[in-house]
Amino acid sequence: MDTTALETATQPERLRRVVIEPLSRVEGHGKVTLLMDEDDHVQQARLHIVEFRAFEKFIQGRPYWEVPVMVQRLCGICPVSHHLAACKALDQVVGATELTPTAEKIRRLMHYGQILQSHALHFFHLSSPDLLFGFDSEVGRRNIVGVAAAYPDVAKQGVLLRKYGQEVIRHTAGKRIHGTGSVPGGVNKNLAADERAALLADIYQIVAWSRDAVRMVRQLFEQNLELYRSFATFPAHTLSLVRADGALDLYHGGLRARDADGRTIFDHVDYDHYWERISEDVKAWSYMKFPFFKELGPEQGWYRVGPLTRVVRCDFIPTPLADRERREFLAFDDGRAAASTLGFHWARMIEMLHSAEAIKDLLHDDDLLGTDLMAGGKRQARGVGVIEAPRGTLIHHYRVDENDQVVRANLIVSTTHNNQAMNLAIREVARRYLDGRKLTEGLLNHIEVAVRAFDPCLSCATHAMGKMPLSVQLLDAAGEQVDQLVRG
Amino acid sequence: MRRDRRRDDVTEVTRRKLRVATTSLAGCFGCHMSLLDIDERLFALLERIEFDRSPLTDIKRCGPCDLGIVEGGICNAENVHVLREFRANCKILVAIGACAVTGGLPAQRNHLDLGQCLQEVYLTEPSVSKGLIPNDPELPLPLDKVHPLHEIVKVDYFIPGCPPSGDAIWKFLTDLIDGRTPKLGYGLIHYD
Repeated sequence: MDTTALETATQPERLRRVVIEPLSRVEGHGKVTLLMDEDDHVQQARLHIVEFRAFEKFIQGRPYWEVPVMVQRLCGICPVSHHLAACKALDQVVGATELTPTAEKIRRLMHYGQILQSHALHFFHLSSPDLLFGFDSEVGRRNIVGVAAAYPDVAKQGVLLRKYGQEVIRHTAGKRIHGTGSVPGGVNKNLAADERAALLADIYQIVAWSRDAVRMVRQLFEQNLELYRSFATFPAHTLSLVRADGALDLYHGGLRARDADGRTIFDHVDYDHYWERISEDVKAWSYMKFPFFKELGPEQGWYRVGPLTRVVRCDFIPTPLADRERREFLAFDDGRAAASTLGFHWARMIEMLHSAEAIKDLLHDDDLLGTDLMAGGKRQARGVGVIEAPRGTLIHHYRVDENDQVVRANLIVSTTHNNQAMNLAIREVARRYLDGRKLTEGLLNHIEVAVRAFDPCLSCATHAMGKMPLSVQLLDAAGEQVDQLVRG
Repeated sequence: MRRDRRRDDVTEVTRRKLRVATTSLAGCFGCHMSLLDIDERLFALLERIEFDRSPLTDIKRCGPCDLGIVEGGICNAENVHVLREFRANCKILVAIGACAVTGGLPAQRNHLDLGQCLQEVYLTEPSVSKGLIPNDPELPLPLDKVHPLHEIVKVDYFIPGCPPSGDAIWKFLTDLIDGRTPKLGYGLIHYD
C-alpha cells in the first residue's frame, strides 16, 4: 500500500487547517491536524506527538538500582511495564540469568495485574462511550459519566475490574502507582498469606466479568458489522513476543514478526540484539520516531504491535477461557474482525480475560509465599529487557559502568512502534468519512476513535532521547563475517 | 448539633454540582490514575461534581469552573497556554503531584542543554536514516527548563506525592465540596 498518501500536501499554504487538540480520552499529549482544500477534500492528515522529554538522557550517571523506580515515571497508566522491563534488563547486568521461582511469579502476578487494570481503564473509562453511544453521539455524554448514567452495571464492572488490577499491583509492588516491588535480580517482597486470601476472595468474580466484557465487544461487532469490520482498517506487518512453544506470553519470549498475510518475517528471535532487526526514522512534524524492520526499509517495514497483534499472531493462549474466546474471535466474520482496527478492543478484552485467569492460577501457587527472592551472578556491562506492555512490545536497554552508573540507555516504547500505523488509520478515516464533507464535531471524533483503538500512551512515547546501538560487521569477499563491533 | 459556619457560606455552591476541570501537562497521568483510584467512590463523587475539560471528557477548552486540577509541570509553550487558560477560568487551582508542585522527575533535564539533547537524539544517532530535528510549526516549542506551576500562575492548593494516593485526593475533594478547609493528615501526605 502507499504509505505516504495524505502525509504531505503539495501546497499546504493554500489549504485550510483543522486541528483536533488535545486528543482526549487517550493518555498523554497529541493532536491531529488536517489540511482541507476549498472543496472540503482532505489533502493532509497527521498525528503529532507534541511533547519532548529526556528520560534516557537524565538517567545517565544515576546508579543502576534507581532506574526501575525512575523510568516508570514515564507513565502513570502502565508504570509496571517500565518497572519490569528495566528490571529485566538490569537482571542481566547483575548476572541474574534466572530468577528464583518466587521472584518470577511475583513479577508475573504484578504484570497480569497491570494488564488487567490498564485494559479495563482503556475499554470502560476511555473507549466504551464511543462504542456504546456511537462515534458521533452528543459530546457532553460521550464519557465515563455518561456510561455510568446509561449503563450503570457496565460502568461499575469497569471500575471494579480496574480496582482489582490495582490491588494486585499494590500487594506485589507496595503501591498502586509507581511501586517499588521489583529490583534488579528479583523482588523485595513476597505475597503474604492474608494478601493472597484477599485477592482470592474476588478473583472468580473478576474472571466472570472479564468474560462478560469479551462478549460485550462481540455483541457490538454483531450489531454494527459493516462499520466495525472496515473502520480505519488496513493491512499491516506485526511484531510481538511469543513463548518458545508459540503461546501468548506477556512477560517473556522471543520476537515474532509476520507480514499482513501471516507469513513469517522472523520468529523466536532473541531480543538481546533487537537493533539488528529494528531501526527508526524521524519526521519533522513529530517528536515520536517511526520504527521499521531493517530488512524491509522505512517505507515498507513499518509494523503494528499491541493486543490485536499478540492475540492474532500467537499460536494459542495458555488459559482455557481466553483461548476459547480467541478461537471465536479468529473465526468471526470469516476472520475479518481479527483483521480490523476495532478488533483491537475485542483482543484487548481477551487479554484481560487471560490476565484474570493467569492471576487466578498464580494465586493458587505456593511459590508466591516463598522467601527466596533474589538471584545474582557475574556482573555484566549491559542488559536488554523486553516485555509485552498493555500497549505492545516495550524495549529497555542499558549500559552500566564499573561505578554502577548508567552510561547509556535506549527505550523503544509500545506506542512508538504504532506511530506509522496510527497515522495510516487517521488517513483512512479522513479519506472515507471526512473527505468532501462539512466537518462536524462528531465526524472529527471518528479520527479520535481510530487513534483510541490503538490505546496510545503518548506520554510514554515522548521520552525521545534514545541512542540505538550500532553494530558494524566486517565481511570477507565471500560474505563470511570476519569481525563484529557492537556499541550499545 | 454544632453547625459549621463555613458550610452556610457555600450552600449556594453545594446546591448545584461543582464544575471541575482537570489536565495533565508535563506529567505521566499517574495523578489522574490516582484520582480514579478512589474506585467506586467515583460514583458518589459524580453526584457532587461535573467534569469540564478533562482527559476523561471530549471538552477541549476549559470553561468557567469552580475547581481546576493540574497535574504535571511546565515543559513547553503549550503547557503555559493551557495553565493560563485554567487559571483564568477556575476559581480554585490545585497543583497535584510532585511534577506540578516542584517540576518532578521531568525537571531532571534542567541541568542539561536542550539544544544538545535535540542534536544528539535526532542528528548524531547512527541508526536514524534521515537526520533532522523535528521543527514543524505544529510542534510547541520546548522550554529550556521544566517549571513548577506556581512559577507561572498563582496556585491555591498543593498536594504532594508521586502520585498522591486516591485516599488523599478523596479527602481533599470531599473537604472542599463540603465547605471545609482541605486538610490532609499525616498518613495522607507523602513525598515519594
